[in-house]
This record gives sequence, structure tokens and C-alpha cells, in this order.
Amino acid sequence: MEGSRAVARTVARCRPEVICAYPISPQTHIVEGLSELVRSGELAPCEYINVESEFAAMSVAIGASAAGARSYTATASQGLLYMVEAVYNAAGLGLPIVMTVANRAIGAPINIWNDHSDAMSQRDSGWIQLYAQTNQDAADLHVVAFRLAEELSVPVMVCVDGFILTHAFEAVDVPEQEMVDAYLPPFRPRQVLDPSDPVSIGAMVGPEAFTEVRYLAHENQLRAVDVIARLADEYTALSGRRCEGLVSPYRLDDAETVVVALGSVLGTVKDTVDQMRDDGVRVGVLGITAFRPFPYDAVRSALARAERIVVLERALAVGVGGIVSTDVVRANPDAACHTVIAGLGGRPVMRASLRTVIADAVAGRLGELTFLDLDRAAVQAAARG
Amino acid sequence: MDRPFAITLGVGSSRANKTGAWRTERPVYVDLLPPCNDACPAGENVQRWLYHAEARDYEAAWRQIMTDNPFPAIMGRVCYHPCQTACNRATLDDAVGINSVERFLGDEALRQGWTVPVTAPRSGRRVLVVGAGPAGLAAAYHLALLGHEVTVRDAGDEPGGMMRHGIPSYRLPRDVLDLEIARIVEMGVRLELNAPITDLDEAVRAGGFDAVFLGIGAQLSKRAYIPAGDSVRILDALSVLREVAGGERPDLGRRVVVYGGGNTAMDVARTAQRLGATDTLVVYRRTRERMPAHAIEVDEAVEEGVRLRWLSTIAYADGGTVRVERMRLDEHGFPQPTGEFDELAADSVVLAVGQDVDRSLLDGLDAADGGVRVDATMMTSRPGVFAGGDAVAEERTVTAAVGHGKRAARHIDAWLRGTGYRPSARPELAVADRLHPWYYSDAPATVRPRLEAARRVSTFDEVVQGLDEDTALFEARRCLSCGNCFECDNCYGMCPDNAVIKLDPGARYRIDLDYCKGCGICAAECPCGAITMVPEQT
Amino acid sequence: MTTQRVRFYQVGSFAVGNRLLEADQRTVQAGEHRSNALTSGHRACQGCGEALGARYVLDAAMRATGGRMVTVNATGCLEVFTTPFPETSWQIAWLHSLFGNAPAVATGVAAALKVKGRTDIRVVGQGGDGGTVDIGFGCLSGMFERNDDVLFVCYDNEAYMNTGVQRSGATPPAARTATTPVTRSSPGNAFGQGKSAPLIAMAHEIPYVATATVADLHDLEAKVNRAMQIRGARYIHVLVPCPLGWGTESSETIRVARMATESGLFPVFEAENGEVTSATPIRRLMPVEPYLRIQKRYAHLFTPPPRVDVIAQIQARADRNIRRFGLLTEES
Repeated sequence: MEGSRAVARTVARCRPEVICAYPISPQTHIVEGLSELVRSGELAPCEYINVESEFAAMSVAIGASAAGARSYTATASQGLLYMVEAVYNAAGLGLPIVMTVANRAIGAPINIWNDHSDAMSQRDSGWIQLYAQTNQDAADLHVVAFRLAEELSVPVMVCVDGFILTHAFEAVDVPEQEMVDAYLPPFRPRQVLDPSDPVSIGAMVGPEAFTEVRYLAHENQLRAVDVIARLADEYTALSGRRCEGLVSPYRLDDAETVVVALGSVLGTVKDTVDQMRDDGVRVGVLGITAFRPFPYDAVRSALARAERIVVLERALAVGVGGIVSTDVVRANPDAACHTVIAGLGGRPVMRASLRTVIADAVAGRLGELTFLDLDRAAVQAAARG
Repeated sequence: MDRPFAITLGVGSSRANKTGAWRTERPVYVDLLPPCNDACPAGENVQRWLYHAEARDYEAAWRQIMTDNPFPAIMGRVCYHPCQTACNRATLDDAVGINSVERFLGDEALRQGWTVPVTAPRSGRRVLVVGAGPAGLAAAYHLALLGHEVTVRDAGDEPGGMMRHGIPSYRLPRDVLDLEIARIVEMGVRLELNAPITDLDEAVRAGGFDAVFLGIGAQLSKRAYIPAGDSVRILDALSVLREVAGGERPDLGRRVVVYGGGNTAMDVARTAQRLGATDTLVVYRRTRERMPAHAIEVDEAVEEGVRLRWLSTIAYADGGTVRVERMRLDEHGFPQPTGEFDELAADSVVLAVGQDVDRSLLDGLDAADGGVRVDATMMTSRPGVFAGGDAVAEERTVTAAVGHGKRAARHIDAWLRGTGYRPSARPELAVADRLHPWYYSDAPATVRPRLEAARRVSTFDEVVQGLDEDTALFEARRCLSCGNCFECDNCYGMCPDNAVIKLDPGARYRIDLDYCKGCGICAAECPCGAITMVPEQT
Repeated sequence: MTTQRVRFYQVGSFAVGNRLLEADQRTVQAGEHRSNALTSGHRACQGCGEALGARYVLDAAMRATGGRMVTVNATGCLEVFTTPFPETSWQIAWLHSLFGNAPAVATGVAAALKVKGRTDIRVVGQGGDGGTVDIGFGCLSGMFERNDDVLFVCYDNEAYMNTGVQRSGATPPAARTATTPVTRSSPGNAFGQGKSAPLIAMAHEIPYVATATVADLHDLEAKVNRAMQIRGARYIHVLVPCPLGWGTESSETIRVARMATESGLFPVFEAENGEVTSATPIRRLMPVEPYLRIQKRYAHLFTPPPRVDVIAQIQARADRNIRRFGLLTEES
């Protein structure tokens, strides 16, 4: 089935009570799928609200969550940016909203295809970010996300590569309702709007206490690393499928060179690495699922014996270079780290190109920052013109 | 519920922030002097008894009146209601019909048989009241309430003074008069009729009295010198009225000329109509505006067919004719003879040109303005002898006399006890500018039903009828309660800081100074101006 | 008219209460047991019209809903002066999210309550004119269009007051604000701009729209009560003078609101499904000039030579309102 449909059906099994939807490519099939499930009664009780913007979508979710309902929405790219004020607000208020981000490039120039620039722009917002490698992963991670969010009172975004995953047809094992019910208890909010026990939520906090509030949020995120691991293990046991919450190592045991990446590109990376292993190159892969909080310990121990690291970035910090690289270097300051910016705006990541780049790294020819498959002629012509 | 630190707060924690510290001025509830109270010669707390009346608390209202004035039913018929003239409601639509409500309450008390108990301990002092007119009876009433033993002596055979002998029964029915006087007597006041006093010292010694109140009135008609022949009937108004009060029907003829412009002139003119005169003419030397008679009296007289002739004096009267000289006003506004005369037909001439005090009892007492002089404590030049009413000149009305009686009683009481009576300071006047009239609905005064003019003239039935309860209630509720809180809840409702505390009914409100920021909305929106902003002491 | 005027010649229905009236003829505010949704200790300026308006509306809503009510508040004066950590002056269930999303958050709350089968609990969203008419407008329109079961209340003090009196889409023409200063060529805020949120709400044909002021409490409470009897999107626009921003004395807040209605500049009316159903008649018609004169934000119209042309334009707006809504009766 199509990836979007798998996500929709899995989200429905998580029994969200309020779904708010504003359409944006490439998320549309997710919200359409959910709309059908609600309308048919398969997902009930559930209020499905067609909102007038993404800002409204996150705001409706905030109101619903604060009133004690399990809330969900989905967006991408421009839509994510349009709701940013509310994204930070949800995290600040500690509301366990789950949102699917169908990763897509951010304009200008407008581009509807996949890269990670949207979610990456929100890495400091206080949300937990989980990146799915496959559509099965995408489905499973949503179940974990709801449980995680509600346990920590922190919102969670599940990043699913737009078009590449959302519109791809593959076999997905949609978790059964009983399994999800066993894993995900009903939402018991930490704080709730209740006329019989009134509180004021959303006070103005000045210099005397703001730092402490942020510190507590920080601590909560750090604590989340262990919680993610625990919940992923629990899911694994329940589903019979390996669910990696933090990192997924691949052929790392004797790898001198490790390629680090997030999301669906890991499929291509693993194929490339398999090919190169056949040629005797000691190369491995570290996929990162939880980007926020960044699992430093797990990454550090996974990369402990690597001599060199190639970080394959699906987004660009303009004027700086890599984003994930920064965290990876912090985890392993001693290894040589090469940042490779790949697949921006949906450009396919070719195995051949990857092979070249990894070989260059092994041979010591790879610079610190590389743009994969850059059309030099075009940029030189643009620079001249 | 687990509250996230700082983000979520428990209810009402702002009460720790005492915003009262912001104030530079604070609201204070005041009780000002309403203009009706201020104007009442008897010193009634009009606003207070209207406050009770409008809540249908008629007995409480009546009792409030009775603390100052024992004659509400009478007042409601004969008082010229200066309270209404002063009433601030007139600035909105019409003055409150205070007089008609007082009458309703007085009549209600008579219907219900309400009485005022004497609860003060007996003082053992005895007071002699000379004259059973309004001043004397009021003094007796208040003295009795204060615990003194009072004897009232009157030369006539019926009590009431001018209330009986000067005011015709169509204005004041005799049964009402009798009942309100009887109520005083039933309090233990000793009333001796047909008991003229010729020697005051002797009377005091013989009776063992400790103090005296003289309420002897001004019962003598002034004489105007009118050249007259032998065959003309010239009477004085007071005598006519007295005869009628006594049940006589003096024959004044069909054409009566009344000389004078005061209330007595009006009373006797209207009485003449009722005695059968078909052509009653009031002759007055000045103009209508200068007539001392109250406008209501003049209007009612005119309605009954009494004619008025201004700027005229009587030059000669004899045998069915009266010669009248026309006057004109000079440049100073005084009437001057013109030398032009008219002849009028008249069967009798009734003189109503003023009243004098009978000075025969006033030996040894200093005089003033034709009457007896009293100081600020209502005491004459002789210690222990007090006086009030018409005998003390000034305003000569029943209400003023009642006021005198009350004041004198309080001073007598103090004098007997050896203390001084100082009336409490008068609060600031609640002028119309203090009101915020937006809040009052528009409602003109009710009009008291009156007897048809034609029917009136042939009988001595009461002309002006009283109000029924609904109308009296309506009228009482038109009171603006000037300067005195009547619990409209505006301050309580309009404070943005919840800093007005509502107390029990009747106890009004209290400002919560912990939180009051001194914005002044309460004072600005108090309909009756009962809140004043005063600066905080820094 | 939603209130039946009590022909009670002392104070009747113009005052908050009256000891001679039955409890149910008095306002909610007159009762000792009013909810006091907003209690003492808040940091509003002296004489703040919004503090008063909010308590009026929410106490009435609490009475109408039997205390089963949740409030969502936009950023602005009301939110800031009521919830400075660690103090809150709210005594009701209350949520503040952002400046521009109060209507959407309210929609979310209503949806949650509905899905949980608690439609007995009602939702009130509220904000100032800035949060409602400008930055929150998209969300407001969305809530209206979906007919979500939310009563949204705008407390209109005609500018962004909390940030220092800047112009909003509700600022009336010729008013001086920090971003529409007075110069020789420009007498404050421009004519020909601005929006009427109540009329726009009516264009959405939602079940109930009303305007009210803090000067007529009976009317305001009756409208809140009426709104709470209706399901679906409802909107009430309340004029709340701001002594600081309008340049009036703190004691004049009620009076200036009264003058706004009595001059016709602020029409008080109700509408259902896009049609005006009633208008509160002007009791004592007055020209706009005295209303303008007591506000320093219009002081520039009166410094010599006075801007009679501008005042005439403002008068024309008032006259138009009177015509349009039928605000005069024979009694006025």
C-alpha cells in the first residue's frame, strides 16, 4: 500500500480524538486517508477538522490537547514554517501532540520535493524528532510517538520523506488495533482545562523564572533518550519487528569508514555499502532515527572505532554546511568528519555518486564539505552571468 | 493535576498583589444632606422615610417621620412642601410628590392604628405648654418622648390652634386632625381645654412646672383702617374661619370682598364660596407675584371661581358698596395710589391683612418683630420659658411651628438636665450637580386626584384626595436619594478591580482598600452622588 | 432589544442592581455570588475598561453555563495583566496560547470537549481588537466558516494598547496612535480604512452576532446569555474604553463608552444568521463632538484652528450608523 495510507491507518489505530488537517503536498494523502476513516466511522470517536491554514492546524491541536484530547496533525515544508509560532508554543506548553512532517524542501525557490530542510529548521523548537527509514518504520514510529509524547508531555514529529516514502507503494504491516491498544493506553493529560478544577495555562514568565522553565524542558529532552530506547524495545517485543528508536547500526563492527544518514536515503546507502563491502571496503552505516534529542552516547559508542565519518546531509545550513555533522562531530571529535550535502530539493541520490564519495573519503581525497552531484558548469555560468 | 512550573498557575493567586498601593485617592461613602431634608421646616429626614416607603416598609417610613413630626396626615394636607420646591428630581422631570406620600403614610398609620411608644425613663420633670396649636402639641409630643410630664393648656374648647381655627375643613378634615391630636394625648400628655392663662408665674408655681413652652400663636387679626359707614359688614378672616370651624355658618351674603393676599385670604375666600357666596373677590394692593399666599392656594381658589383683583386698595365701604382705588407700581416696584376709583357691590368685607400675637401673656419677655424674642435655644429672655410657632414671627406655617416645637423640646430637655443640646452639624448639601442622572428613568410626577371644582364649592368635603398605595409607591420610588446610598449596586458592579465589598442589605458597601486603585469609576457612576474621592495622605 | 427595560422610575435597568428589584431582574454583577472570573490583584491600569468587560462577559457566561465553561485568551493586555507569573487573577479554566490563534485554539477545545461527550461545557474565546480583527482574523474567519461551537468575544479598545497604543484595524479615523501620529497634513488615523468585525461576522451568516459596551451592563449580560443558548459560531464585540490609550480620566471609562453609543458612533445591535434582529435605541442623542473632546487622542481636532471638517466627517459616520441600524426612536 501507499506509504501515506499506511501512516493514516496506523495513526487511526492510535485513536486520536482530534485531527486537524490543512492540505500541502506531499502530505495530502495522509490527511485524506484519515478523513475517510473518520467519515466511515472506522475511526471514532474522532473530530476531524478542516482548518484554514497550518497555523490554525497546530493551534486547533493545541486547544484540543490542552482540553485533554489526543491530537494529531500533519504538514510539510512551507506549512511547517507557517505554523512555527504554534510549534514552539506546543512544546513550551508541554502538549503531547503528534505531527507527521512529510519532509519537503523549503522555498524560495518553491520546491515540492523531498529534503530535510523543513524539519531541520525546527530542531531547536523543543519537539522530539524521529526520522523514518521505510514506510514500515514510519507506521511503527507513529505508535511509539504517541506513547512517547504522552509519557513525557512533549510533542513529537515523525519525519517521513515526502514522495519517496509517502507516495511509494510497498508492503507495510499495519499494526493491529489490539496491539496498539496494548501498547498505547488512553491519554491521561498532565494538565487539563477542566471547569471543575480550573487553572490558568500559559502565564507570562519573566526573567526571574524563564531560564528555569527552559532548563526543565532541556532536562526533559535529555531524559527522553532513555525513554525512547525503552519504548522502542517495548514495541519491538510487542510487534515482533525490530524497532530502532535511537540509532540503527549496519555493518559497523569492523568499519573504518562510517556513513551517517537520516531517513529514506539509508536504503540507498546500505545498498551502496553492501556493494563496497563486496569489494573489500570496510565501510558501515549508522542510521539515526531520533535526531532530537540527539543520542550522543549511542552515536559515540557506534562510531568509536571509526577512522572517518561521512555524514550524508539532506539539508543545508546556508553559509555553514552540514547540520547533522555538528552533532556527529560533537559525539566523535577525534574522527575525521566529511559533510556531504545530498538530494536537496528532491534530487535523487545515486548509488554511483555515493560510491565515488565514499571511495574518495577512504582515499583521503574527500574535502570537508561536498555537494553531491553539483552541476559545476551551471554554477560557474551563473557566477559569471 | 501536575502543574508545569511557571506555565500553569492556580486560580486567584493574584490576590497576593495588593494593588491598593497604587492609589493616590480613595473613594469614601458619604451621607450628604438631601435638599428635601434641608428645606423641611420640621427637619424631617425625608429621604430616609421615602427610602422605607419605596420598599413598601410603610410603618418604618411612618416611624421615621414620627421621630421629627407627629402630624404626617395633617402635613400631607396643609404643608406647603418646600421639600418639593427644593427637590432635585425637578431637574429631570418633576419634583417627587413628597407631600402626597407623607399624606398616604399618615393616613395609613391612622388606618392601622400605629402608635409611638414612650420608652424613655420618666425624668420627674414637669413642663407646661401654653397653647394646643401645632407648636405646642409638637413640643408636648417630643417632651413626652423624652420622658417628661407635660401639661398642655389651651384657652379654647378644642385643641389644634390654627389647624382647626384657621384652616378650613376642606383642606384639613376634622377627623384627621382629631385623631392625630388624640394620638399625642394617648401618650400621656395632659390636655386642659378652656383653660386660659392670665398669670404665667402663678400657673407655673401652682402647677410645679420646671419649664414652660409658649405656643400662643398670632391669633389677633391685624386691623386695617378702612373708612366705613354704619351699614356695612366688616369682618376679620380669622373670626370667620373660627366660627366655621366651630360649626357655625356665618352669613356673608352673596357678594364678598376679601381684602388681603395671604393664605388666610384664600382660605376665607374659598370658605365664603362654600357659605353661599356667588361672587367672591379678593382685593390685594400689590401684584400676583407678590402675593404671600402659596401658589397652590391661589390656583385652587381661582378654580373654584374666586376672582382676584390686583393693585387695588379699599378706600371706603358702606351699605352694599366698596370703593376700590387702583394702584400703580412706581419705579421702585412699590404700589402708589392713582386717584382712580371703582365701585364694587359687596355684601361684606372680610379683612385678611395679617395676624398679631396677643401680648397679654408676654409681660416681662422681650419682644421682637411683633412677637416674642427667643435665642438660638428657643428660650425667651426669661430662663426656663421657651417659645415657638407663630408667636415667634418668622415663617408662620403649621410645619414651621412643628419644627419649632421639636427644637424647643430638645432644648428644654437639655435645659432641664443641665446639659446643652447642640444639634449635629449639617452635612454638605447634596446639590443636583453631584447626581449622575443617566441612571434614573424618566417619569413625571403623579397628579393627585381632586374633587371636581363645581362639587368642591358646595361642600366642605376634602378637596384634594390622597393617593392609593400603588401610586404612592410609584411616587416614593421617584426619589433620587440625593447624596445617600440606596444600594443600586453600581459601585459594586463597576469596579474593575473587584474592590467593592457588598455588605448585608441596609449595610451598603465597603471599599476593599487592599485592592482599590482609586480609579474613581464608582464615584463617577454613583447615581445619587454618595461617593466622594478624597486624596490619600502621603 | 434583548432586555426588557424595567420601567422603574428610580434606576430601573440602567443601574447594576437595585435593592427593590427581584434578584433575577438585577444583573449578574449585582449578586454576591457572581463568579468573579477575574478577581482582584490584576495589573490593569486604573479604570481599565477591558478588565471590567471581561469580568462582565465571563461572569454572565458562567451563570448561563452553570460554571461549565472554558476560556481561551489571545495575547494582549487582558492576558498580560492577568497572568504575570506567579500571579493569576483568573478563577476559571483558562488557556493562553498565542496572539493570532485564539479562535483556532478555542475550536480545538470545543472539538475535544465534543469528542469526549462533554458538550455541556462551553467554550469562550476572547481577545482584544488587535488579536481579533488583525492578526487573528484568519483563524476567526475559519472558526466562523466552520460554525464551530465557540463564542468569541472581542474587547475593542481600538488600538494595540498593550504594546503602547499602536494603530489596529479597529482604530477609528482621526484617532492619534503611536503609529498614526498627528502631523500638519495628517490628523491621525486615516479615513477610508478599518474594518467592522461585527459586519464581517454577519457576512459569515453565523448564528449570532452582537455588539455591546461596558456602559450598558443589562444589555451586555443579556447578549452573553442569549449567545449561550445558541450552538455554533457566535461573536460579541464589546467596546471597552482604555483610559491610557484614549486619553480619558480613569473615572470616565463608563461615561465615554456611553457617549460612544449615544452619539451613534458605536451602534449596539444584534444579528442572527446575517440579519440584524434588534438595535438598542439611543436614549439621549448627542453629537460626536463632546465624545471626541474628552479624549486626548482627539485633542488635535480641537487645538486652534479646530478641525471642523474632520469632526464633520466623524459626525457623518455616526449619522450613517444611526440610519443604517435605526438607532433613533420617537423617545430619543
